[in-house]
Amino acid sequence: MSDKEVDTFSGVETTGHEWDGITELNNPLPRWWLWTWYATIAFSLGYVIYYPAIPLISSYTQGISGETTRSVVEKDLAAAEQAKSGMVQKILDTPLEEIRTDDALFRFATAGGQSLYKVYCTQCHGSGAQGAPGFPNLNDDDWLWGGDLETIYTTIAHGVRNDEDDDARFSDMMAFGEDDMLSGTEIVAVSEFVRKISGQEHNADNATTGIEIFADNCAACHGDDGLGGRDLGAPNLGDALWLYGGSLNEIATQIRTPKHGVMPAWLGRLGEASVKQLTVYIHSLGGGEKELASAE
Amino acid sequence: MSDVNDFIKHDDAVDRIDAEAVNSKTKRVDYAARKKIFPKRASGTFRQLKWWIMAITLGIYYITPWLRWDRGEYAPDQAVLINLGTRRFYFFFIEIWPQEFFFVAGLLVMAGIGLFLVTSTVGRAWCGYSCPQTVWVDLFLVVERFVEGERNARIKLDKGPWTTNKTVKRVVKHTIWILISIATGGAWIFYFGDAPTLFIDLFTLQASFAAYATVAALAATTYIFGGLMREQVCTYMCPWPRIQAAMLDENSLTVTYNDWRGEPRSRHAKRLKREGKVSGDCVDCNACVAVCPMGIDIRDGQQLECITCALCIDACDGVMQKIGLEKGLIAYATLSEYSANMALAQTTGPDGTVVLDPSNIRDKSGKFSDKLAHTNWRSFIRPRTIVYSVIYAAIGIALMVALLIRDRLDLNILHDRNPLFVTLSDGSVRNGYEVKILNMITHPRSFGLKIVGLPGATIRFSGSDLDQSGEIILDVGADKLRAVHLFVTVPKEHVSSDRTTFDFLVRDMNGEETVQTNSTFNAPKR
Repeated sequence: MSDKEVDTFSGVETTGHEWDGITELNNPLPRWWLWTWYATIAFSLGYVIYYPAIPLISSYTQGISGETTRSVVEKDLAAAEQAKSGMVQKILDTPLEEIRTDDALFRFATAGGQSLYKVYCTQCHGSGAQGAPGFPNLNDDDWLWGGDLETIYTTIAHGVRNDEDDDARFSDMMAFGEDDMLSGTEIVAVSEFVRKISGQEHNADNATTGIEIFADNCAACHGDDGLGGRDLGAPNLGDALWLYGGSLNEIATQIRTPKHGVMPAWLGRLGEASVKQLTVYIHSLGGGEKELASAE
Repeated sequence: MSDVNDFIKHDDAVDRIDAEAVNSKTKRVDYAARKKIFPKRASGTFRQLKWWIMAITLGIYYITPWLRWDRGEYAPDQAVLINLGTRRFYFFFIEIWPQEFFFVAGLLVMAGIGLFLVTSTVGRAWCGYSCPQTVWVDLFLVVERFVEGERNARIKLDKGPWTTNKTVKRVVKHTIWILISIATGGAWIFYFGDAPTLFIDLFTLQASFAAYATVAALAATTYIFGGLMREQVCTYMCPWPRIQAAMLDENSLTVTYNDWRGEPRSRHAKRLKREGKVSGDCVDCNACVAVCPMGIDIRDGQQLECITCALCIDACDGVMQKIGLEKGLIAYATLSEYSANMALAQTTGPDGTVVLDPSNIRDKSGKFSDKLAHTNWRSFIRPRTIVYSVIYAAIGIALMVALLIRDRLDLNILHDRNPLFVTLSDGSVRNGYEVKILNMITHPRSFGLKIVGLPGATIRFSGSDLDQSGEIILDVGADKLRAVHLFVTVPKEHVSSDRTTFDFLVRDMNGEETVQTNSTFNAPKR
């Protein structure tokens, strides 16, 4: 090993490797490169001592810092929780109407409400709260149970027609066809009358027949004029919006064998602050009503 | 044939300087440590020009952030300010918003094309005169010379042992360098904040971490590049010397050693003459090598290392003057001029060898021959420079026009996409819009916003329950963007199509400006 070959042309020692007559010169590494390399070695030693680094059979070296990526995330989450706790407390302490009018609280509530909505509500009501047949659109001005802050809060907190909450909104339309309370022709007649109420095309003779049937069977909940009643969650039959469709066939089907929507109670799952945030967010979508509306 | 040498009065009058061109090609060895260069102070036309350029460029750099410009109560009064926080760029009477950054991009393209133009006409003038690296190295050399003395004293000090004297001089030199470096980094951040406030904050330790980190990083690079690395930055780090080779051609001015009159160089012209041999004008005094900050010998011909600082021209001209010869043995010359003169100077001997004969370029009285080529300003005008000038001017004019006709009021409309539309209980249809009004002047303004081309439409602020027809008034702060979410409702009887195109129109309530932006109104298919 001691005899070093020297390249005669350049005067530089060779590595002794030769390919097709070309020998590899053994030039020294550039010093900046070498020192950078030494520096990385020194750094890695410090790293291995400070952080968890080397896998063992059933565990790993812990490092003197005791810091792991998991503990960092936990710390960050705790810090985030801590950071918003002040605002959350304010949300809890402030009446809904005041949250809506306080700029900072409103922005905090709608931002939080929006992200809660995306996680818990989009499955039924859609990502833009635009609803779907059977699932109410939350952007419009048609509310089954009321559209002011308090009633929206109650609906979200306790849900609709669920078994888990005694305060859940509840109403049940009778299955007039299935239970043989109305005959097929009577159902068609009252359906035509409902189409008349909502200003749609209808068979005038049938509709006239339907007036009495409506008064006897439907007006108790939907009102004499068919404009619905929020205390019972009875839909307004006179407007342009139909949860289960407004064609003659769809109306008749709903009278024959009514479908009823169910919504879970959220207060127990999400807590008061989150439900309040959701309420303010839903109210802000464009259909929110003033307190006064519910009294009417 | 050797009468031409009669006019060399006393070539011995010029001392030969013991200078080594450490970076010349023949001396270059791989993997060797850098050899220090101790440039001698040059004096002459170009040195004078470089002092002026140094004073002007450094002056612009240090003074600009302190210039004031009154913009009223709503905008900063600093003439040149890049406010990263509010994303506004102020340049005297011009204010640029982020979406107008193309003005800056355009200026950078112009700077690039300008660099091409300068390079193709006068060679590496950027490198030699105005590159910050050159300017700061020059400044650092002034300090070095002031503390340690001229070239010979510096060499002696460098080679000598570490005496108290040497330690003191070195400490003083590096301290001044570091102070200059900190001032350099410090001046930079003044462009990004209110200079007087930032100045006080810096010294009272109130400034942000980013400010100190920027000063530290720029001070470090200034000190390392200008003080320690110097010519290595140009030779090894900078890409520009490589790129600009593409812009140079035979009509570009470069610092040239005119060997057609200089060779054969000799320290003993008189003796050679007595012996009947020829000699050129170069007295081999090494003055050109001693002043070179790049450590090369210009007499080796064009080299990558040469930044064309022209200090060797000054040095050589001084020597030529002293011995009574024409200036310009080293001079700015184009390759075509040089080649023509070289051809003139060459004689083919009887044995077929080509030799330089100084008598070819001079007449009997020792004056230069009329046949010598000279470069004049006409060589600047050629297709390449015309193309660069046209591009440069075209971009400049385009930017000027854009600046003159640009809007200071803008309206952006973002149609809600989810839900696209909402049917209300009375059958009317509602769409939501995010409306952004940009008031791009430094005073608050009131704007009227209305809808054009959508019959029966009413506007409602999100969160309000008041539907308004006609114009709504929006106040927008000075130099601010205001975003509002609006609901536009069209009654059932006016909804004619599932997709209607209409315009939002915004006008300055107290001025002429109006902007119209189109959008669409969506409704259910029917």
